[in-house]
Amino acid sequence: MARVIVDVMLKPEILDPQGQAIARALPRLGFSGVAEVRQGKRFEVEIEGPADEAALEDVRKMAETLLANTVIEDYSVRVE
Amino acid sequence: MGAARVGVVTFPGTLDDQDAARAIRHAGGEAVSLWHADRDLRGVDAVFLPGGFSYGDYLRCGAISRFAPLMEELVPAANAGLPVLGTCNGFQILCEAHLLPGALTRNVGLHYVCRDQRVRVENATTAWTGDYAPGQELLLPVKHGEGRYVADQATIESLEASGRVVVRYLDVNPNGSTNFIAGVSNEAGNVVGLMPHPEHAVEELTGAPSVDGRGFFTSILKRFVNL
Repeated sequence: MARVIVDVMLKPEILDPQGQAIARALPRLGFSGVAEVRQGKRFEVEIEGPADEAALEDVRKMAETLLANTVIEDYSVRVE
Repeated sequence: MGAARVGVVTFPGTLDDQDAARAIRHAGGEAVSLWHADRDLRGVDAVFLPGGFSYGDYLRCGAISRFAPLMEELVPAANAGLPVLGTCNGFQILCEAHLLPGALTRNVGLHYVCRDQRVRVENATTAWTGDYAPGQELLLPVKHGEGRYVADQATIESLEASGRVVVRYLDVNPNGSTNFIAGVSNEAGNVVGLMPHPEHAVEELTGAPSVDGRGFFTSILKRFVNL
């Protein structure tokens, strides 16, 4: 078993109103010095075999096909 | 010749399929129910993808619906010219399925927007807008939380230059869509998606703000009479 992490983030040029709302809430909670917050998604994909290159390539395909919409989102894949 | 047969797709979580079927019948067509899990378009002449929250909007709106067995039939048929109209969640599904460019994202301001919205028909030559006059202004209901149309700059410029912005918001931008875009078409004009709901604006009886939505349905039916 191995755990592969897929992080999905809105592309930098796509407005993230949820991140903005979080950033606006932080000073009210006493957190200062926050310039920007962007919100994304993290997927934990448990695979049955080892996280070799073939398995990672499979996870990249999953990300490309379903986990991310590459029109508006970027993704990154890593082994944890 | 019988009435044109327009399929209405129901996914788990679809809300507006009955209104869509009623709008099709009201315009003189035959509404044909299509089920997401069937690999069968039942020989329909056109397909309506209604609004709602298919598959609970899990992951992203339309992201799961795109892979429904019915969509495996619909995507190649649409690419081969079958007229398809998607409203609201239907528009989101068409974008996720790459039948239309761009994507629908969270409204600016994060609020779910439910209002009667003035829009303008920018392209009256598509399969679904041929019965409108170019530039005709309509009053249609909008109701969505994720209707902000975005695409990369080159795509937006190409949509604008080629007349593929089919419907545009007037007065206020309800969701922050790029260039006030409310609806777009594919290159051939047979696939159209929009966030407003023409199927909720076909009868005064139901408290609709107008009957301006009828044109989408009469457009597609006239097209088959003329063929």
